[in-house]
Amino acid sequence: MSVSDLSALLPLIVIATTVIVVMFEIAFFRDHKLTAVLTLAGLAFAGASLAVVFPMMPRRITPLLILDHYGLFYTGLILVASFAVAALSYSYLEIHEGHREEFYVLLLLATLGCIVLAGSMHFASLFLGVEILSVSLYALVAYLRHSDRSIEAGVKYLILAALSSAFILFGMALVYAEIGSMDFTQIAARAASPGACGMPFTAGLAMIIVGLGFKLAVVPFHLWTPDVYEGAPAPVTAFVSTVSKGAVFAVVLRYFRMVGGPISGPIFVIFTIIAIASMFTGNLLALFQSNVKRVLAYSSISHLGYLLVTLLASGTMAATASAFYLSAYFITSLGAFGVVTVLSETDRDADSVDYYRGLAWRRPWLAGVFTAMLLSLAGIPLTAGFVGKFYVAAAGVGSGLWLLVIILTVNSALGLYYYLRIIVPMYTSEEEEMTATPKLSLSGSAVLAGLTILLVWLGVYPVPLIQIIHKLVQGLT
Amino acid sequence: MILAWLILILLTGGLAAWFLGSKHGDWSRWISLASLVLDLLLLLHLWPGPSAEAALGRSMWIVEYNQPWIPQLGISLHLGVDGLSLLLVALTVFLGIISVICSWNEIYENVGFFHFNLLWILAGILGVFMALDLFLFYFFWELMLIPMYFLISIWGHENRIYASLKFFIFTQAGGLFMLLSILGLYFIHGSNTGSYTFDYTQLLGTPLSPTLAMLLMLGFLIAFVVKLPAVPFHPWLPDAHTEAPTAGSVILAGLLLKTGAYGLLRFVQPLFPGAASSIAPIIMVIAVISIIYGAMLAFGQTDLKRLVAYTSVSHMGFVLLGIFAGNLTALSGAVIQMLAHGVSTGALFITVGMIQERIHTRGLDGMGGFWATVPRLSGVGLVFALASLGLPGFGNFVAEFLVLLGSYRVSFAITVLAATGLVLSAIYSLWVVQRVFHGEKQEGMQMPDLSTRETGMMAVLIIVILWIGLYPQPFLNLSGQALNNIARGNSSTQTPVRGGVQ
Repeated sequence: MSVSDLSALLPLIVIATTVIVVMFEIAFFRDHKLTAVLTLAGLAFAGASLAVVFPMMPRRITPLLILDHYGLFYTGLILVASFAVAALSYSYLEIHEGHREEFYVLLLLATLGCIVLAGSMHFASLFLGVEILSVSLYALVAYLRHSDRSIEAGVKYLILAALSSAFILFGMALVYAEIGSMDFTQIAARAASPGACGMPFTAGLAMIIVGLGFKLAVVPFHLWTPDVYEGAPAPVTAFVSTVSKGAVFAVVLRYFRMVGGPISGPIFVIFTIIAIASMFTGNLLALFQSNVKRVLAYSSISHLGYLLVTLLASGTMAATASAFYLSAYFITSLGAFGVVTVLSETDRDADSVDYYRGLAWRRPWLAGVFTAMLLSLAGIPLTAGFVGKFYVAAAGVGSGLWLLVIILTVNSALGLYYYLRIIVPMYTSEEEEMTATPKLSLSGSAVLAGLTILLVWLGVYPVPLIQIIHKLVQGLT
Repeated sequence: MILAWLILILLTGGLAAWFLGSKHGDWSRWISLASLVLDLLLLLHLWPGPSAEAALGRSMWIVEYNQPWIPQLGISLHLGVDGLSLLLVALTVFLGIISVICSWNEIYENVGFFHFNLLWILAGILGVFMALDLFLFYFFWELMLIPMYFLISIWGHENRIYASLKFFIFTQAGGLFMLLSILGLYFIHGSNTGSYTFDYTQLLGTPLSPTLAMLLMLGFLIAFVVKLPAVPFHPWLPDAHTEAPTAGSVILAGLLLKTGAYGLLRFVQPLFPGAASSIAPIIMVIAVISIIYGAMLAFGQTDLKRLVAYTSVSHMGFVLLGIFAGNLTALSGAVIQMLAHGVSTGALFITVGMIQERIHTRGLDGMGGFWATVPRLSGVGLVFALASLGLPGFGNFVAEFLVLLGSYRVSFAITVLAATGLVLSAIYSLWVVQRVFHGEKQEGMQMPDLSTRETGMMAVLIIVILWIGLYPQPFLNLSGQALNNIARGNSSTQTPVRGGVQ
């Protein structure tokens, strides 16, 4: 490994250094504010370092990692999202008891794992990324030690994530047995030659899909989602639903695009079934929920189903659609969970619909932000979600996936119902006395304001983002 | 650019009304009124004089605005109005002003947000009437739904949540089918010509195989007949109209239903002339069923507002009949009916609203003998009841006459059946007049007559409906060119010549 290789790894190194710095800082001066500032600074530095490594593209750094447009885009997305989560966490942790500072170490480690995933070109780095991410998440999900639900969620996540890792490992072993390599490009080359891969290869791939499907929380690997979303601290839920899923999706997309253009054969059937099941299950089960975090959990399941349509579709349009949709989904989910976070109280997260009744008259701005986020999830014009959904549908139609697109549209109509069920109570007037409304933290409001501006901007004028994405997907497919 | 301004003024006016109106309700009323009046002035400026009307023959659009928006996908901000759009845009602004005025004393809760929603619906409707890019059209089509949903579900009557959801799910589901068709058309055009675009003028005349054209046409058709609504797709309408606040009902009946009819005229007929003419007989039967069914159900209602809502189904049946009869006479009738129904039904909803404001019920059982107590209100009610039954002199008469005249050339049987709708509407209108304004006076009935604001508003509405009825020629001239194009497209496909193969 040469010096230039090392410098190409700058984002990873910056994050890793920040982890160590923060750990030392905690050991010597346990201070919440300082920790948060250091974390944010580290993430910002890592973001800035992207500009430094930009000219070095494209570059293979050891067999494990690659530095290219595609990975860089997702790295950027991950860093921005982590930054938002860290900023939201500050006020959330302030009102909770216990040690607050270690939270940031774990958050940074999870981010590190995600960045590894985004640049991964090899089964080893894939597994490494997944594990760094998962192990940090076990602790993050269960971070509120005095809350039973948080602990319960942590244990559930631990058991199922460990199981899924086992699946991934076994799948990798099978693929390796058949192909004799763990490198994505070599697997792709071998798999492309007809008759080269038999049953063990497909079975191995299927097992990897199972393991990664768990991370993505697609049906039928979604059973943990509602409980973990509900039990985990709200900022962690935001992280799980965006950064963690986004990174895994990035690697899935990279892997399957490399393994031979459009997905075909049994793998295509598997993904089609998963996509359809995710859309329907997510939306139908969300109809019966009254807990906002659970509604958002089921809605995220269906959104991943929409996203899988772009994986199945082929061509540049599909690659653009997935990147755009994922960006819109990041903004929207972060915003929605951000609102839940800033409204949360010491003893309980703001997850019951009752919290939001009459919110528009108590906190008009916050209600406006939440409305915008939910409408974006529903895909209503003027929001990023609308353009995203339109893109996905267009990519699907462009590849002739009529069945999937029709199911997607039916599901959009279904989905609206439960989003509106949260929105309308916010605007019902309540005569009862105003519950004490503590002031919003500066960091929380800033993050929410930024996300809302982005949301509307992408909804009204998505051209800049589309241009960026266009440039980066040229390397892919 | 002036077209974009029409929309932008309402959007910003809505935001201003919301923010400034959160403290003082009156501010938001005045801001809304001001932005609508500003729009009206812009429209008058735009209105083609007699000399410009002659020039209409040459160019398809009176004014056009075209800016790239998302060029990567072939999406542009393409707005344009021809005579047809211009009439409907004018109707939108006019009824917008009326609905701000009529809710002046009705809405006291969250006034700012109410006017925000009102203006944004109107902006969405304007966009629908002017968009010449299919993405943009779908964008506005969806945009107008959410504020309408809020309007019903927040300021509506007793059963508002149910009604608003029903409204939303029906229209949204219809809209999604349209989205599929739009995307289908986009890709077929793109793969044929290599230029991927949502632009209406370029997509016109895309060659399609008959089956494909039929499928794509059905997607559009479903969205539009749900909005219209034609009979099997109408169940959302009575609930939504009844539960909405007065301004909401005026906009729903006066404008939202028209977007469906406009869509049929602007998109279904020109984009898929072959498919549209081959499905026309079925649609005309549906139209007749709507006419008769709506009228019969109207007669069976005990809730005055619900009654008016059902008459809308009947009247919009005439619009549907006119559009699919396809010749110039019938199309002109359909357009006049859109205007006349917008004004007369809007006025009827306002009348019901004024009665409800005074006696706090919409039930016919609680009404009777109003004439002695409130002569002015009763007079206005009588006028619009007569307009609604199609009395000569009012716009509705001209419209229904033209539609029947046009459809007579297509099918004798259907015309005869449709004409019975006129008899039925006479029955229910006169029955209502008898029940509410004459008849037994209720014990101890006391209520104020129309205020100056209300009298002025109703007077304007009466003048307009009489204008349409007595001198419809300007409206016919203005829409003539656009309708001519559609009618020509239809007549050339009576025998499938232009069906084309891929």
